[in-house]
Amino acid sequence: MAYTCVVCVKQVPDTAKVTGKAMKEDGTINRAALPAIFNPEDMNALEAALSVKERFGGKVIAVTMGLPAAAAVLREALFRGADEAYLVTDRRAAGSDTLATSYILSKAVAKFSPDFVFCGRQAIDGDTAQTGPQIAEKLGFPAVTYLEKLDVEGGKVVATRDIGTGVETDRVALPALFTVTEKFGELRPADVRLVMKYKNFEPKALSCDDIGCEEGRCGFAGSPTSVNKIESVVLAGKGFKEIPADDEGIAALVKELRDERTIG
Amino acid sequence: MSNFYRDNPDIKAVVEGLDLSEVAELLEDGFTSEAEIAPKSAEEAIDNYLRALDVAGDITGNRIAPTAEATDVTGNILNEDGSVTYTPGIALAMKLFGQAGLLGVQLPYRFGGLNMPCTVMTAVNDMVSRADASLMNMVGLQGIAGTINAFADEEIKKEYVPKLVSGEYSGAMVLTEPDAGSDLQSVKTAAWQDETGNWFVNGVKRFITNGCGEVLLVLARTEPGSTDGRGLSCLLVEKGPKVKVRRLEHKLGINGSPTCELVFDNAPAKLIGQRKRGLITYVMALMNGARVGIAAQGTGIGEAAYRAAREYAAARRQFGVSIDELPAVRELLVDMSVDVQASRALAYYCSKCVDMEDGLSRKFEKAKGSPDAPAVRERMKKYAAFNKMITPMAKYFGSEMSMRVSSNAVSVLGGSGYMKDYPVERHFRDARITTIYEGTSQLQVVAAIAGVMGSMTCDVVDDILGAGWQGEHPRMKALLADLEETVAFVKTKDKAFHDLSARRLVDAAIALIITALFVRLDKGDAVNRWLATRFPPAHAGLEVVRGGNDAPIALFDALAPMPAAE
Repeated sequence: MAYTCVVCVKQVPDTAKVTGKAMKEDGTINRAALPAIFNPEDMNALEAALSVKERFGGKVIAVTMGLPAAAAVLREALFRGADEAYLVTDRRAAGSDTLATSYILSKAVAKFSPDFVFCGRQAIDGDTAQTGPQIAEKLGFPAVTYLEKLDVEGGKVVATRDIGTGVETDRVALPALFTVTEKFGELRPADVRLVMKYKNFEPKALSCDDIGCEEGRCGFAGSPTSVNKIESVVLAGKGFKEIPADDEGIAALVKELRDERTIG
Repeated sequence: MSNFYRDNPDIKAVVEGLDLSEVAELLEDGFTSEAEIAPKSAEEAIDNYLRALDVAGDITGNRIAPTAEATDVTGNILNEDGSVTYTPGIALAMKLFGQAGLLGVQLPYRFGGLNMPCTVMTAVNDMVSRADASLMNMVGLQGIAGTINAFADEEIKKEYVPKLVSGEYSGAMVLTEPDAGSDLQSVKTAAWQDETGNWFVNGVKRFITNGCGEVLLVLARTEPGSTDGRGLSCLLVEKGPKVKVRRLEHKLGINGSPTCELVFDNAPAKLIGQRKRGLITYVMALMNGARVGIAAQGTGIGEAAYRAAREYAAARRQFGVSIDELPAVRELLVDMSVDVQASRALAYYCSKCVDMEDGLSRKFEKAKGSPDAPAVRERMKKYAAFNKMITPMAKYFGSEMSMRVSSNAVSVLGGSGYMKDYPVERHFRDARITTIYEGTSQLQVVAAIAGVMGSMTCDVVDDILGAGWQGEHPRMKALLADLEETVAFVKTKDKAFHDLSARRLVDAAIALIITALFVRLDKGDAVNRWLATRFPPAHAGLEVVRGGNDAPIALFDALAPMPAAE
């Protein structure tokens, strides 16, 4: 059984390298001040899609929405084994919140009649974890969040979800959408042969019209959310870890926080 | 975690500084390949090489390095049924390298390879060894596929090379026996043919890296009654019930690399290439490639040890300062850095010479009979001659460097360096094998000395810097004159004295060649450090030789006899 897998990927500012200039006055992210990277959990989503193709056959289509520079993440997806890649880019999509973004992406994804749709659990710039489930809602697909493992039995997907206090196993009919966490496993390395093949690849650019988006549901016009203010919030957690009170302990703590992208 | 290519600009600097344009043109037959991924220009080819190194840097730095400590502790397991379970880090690494296409760096496009030069393979091995020295022994086994591709029949190539490139199969170079180590001419393992022409192999092999692999290239005696290398052929044996892994060695280091003792009990085999050429042609080619690999392995171990020492010295405070403020520690660290750079420059340059010889030899095959042919042949012979000297030099220098640098890294870390809590004791243990396998340091000197005695050092420096360098570099000119004077002196003496003097002559030649590479690569500080610290001992060594003292030979005879064991 060969499946068509669509994976939504996003180019995000590297929040591990946040500086004072990271925020613009209007509360949006100053993307020019930060290096752009492949959203970490979208890499896990891509790995999920590639593993389905590897085990059951089919193809993997990577889709992103963003500025033309976001083609870089599509090339990375092709280097890993994606078969096709598309860039949704349109001035009318600028300023989209998760509602407008998921609407636009759902229109793009629908074009490919997928069996599986994979998204990263959340992006490190917005941390909302809303876009994936909202795409599912608009497509009328079941949404399985926090995926860490999947199998196919009798035509249905057996999905293992990380629910924080344990795991939940769901049986889901296809087509379905999955949001993937790092527990699914690390993205495979680039294949040098594919790097040689696709290094100059420029994706086909799709406009909002190309994918049949309605006027007024994209960009600022389609986004009821606006950022009022941003503040630093310290969460009180129960669990704690003792850090040795020496230079090495502190260095290890800072490294861990940086690696987890908790601090920049 | 970091990408080992991006965090170490020296790799790119050396690859670019050596200029691989002609190597690329030769490899790609003038950019005429019809393969979809083949580059169309030298510029594109070199861009591809650097991209391949970026992928290798990602895998080695981000994925493999974090597994190295566990790999060292766990090692591989020999199961009761004779199968071998790889340690998880090694299994993961081989999977990732297969996915990345990096198990076929030098193999042709048609078998899934990258058709890239030895220089790229060396840079990959450099990073692999920095991450986990033992993994280099596994990644480096793609030389097996290279040997099959170069010498076997088309049918055998098609059957095995793609599987070795994808990682479905892994290989082993099966040479050493209990009584045939450095002296491979005395191999006893026998191969015989039945009446229908099928080959079978019988015998015991020892110290076989990845002997548990699927494709075993076995050196065996096919000519009954012969006693030397001319009676040996190369046969391919597939893993199966007639091949048994009898033992996994417990080693000082490189614990991720499974070192097997193998028993062949009439194991079915296929002849590779022609009979009687096993040792003298095929294994020598394979072994030369493996020596370049060890030069890279030494470089990577040195890099890892140097970085660990730098990091520790910056963090460790004694006497109210971080210890990297102390002049004695600074000198150690600076010389470690220069030593590693020297080894990298020599290993990569050596690889480029290998690439030039291979490329020109292919070009010559095609140009035979044309007016260009004699000139191509001339240049091919020049690089072939260089390689006979430079390959053992790079192996000798890189491996001895890894011993010095890892030992000094332990010194920088002091008591902590002796403990398992830090990686430098592992680097120190891993380094130790590099001066032994693929020919000991003493044997590398034996291999390199002919070139030095034939005054090839000057030709090599000419190749690196262009003729006319002597006017600009008086210290190098003086060392060369000293070396040539000493060579002339040694020629008047007997063979024992030649052998005794060889190391000092080779050391002086290496000091010159590395300085030339530093000049070529615009490493001014390294040149000055080398002139200040390595030239005086090189001159002193030559002076010892010219003293004509052959005392060690006579003194050994005068040693008190060892008491017999009771």
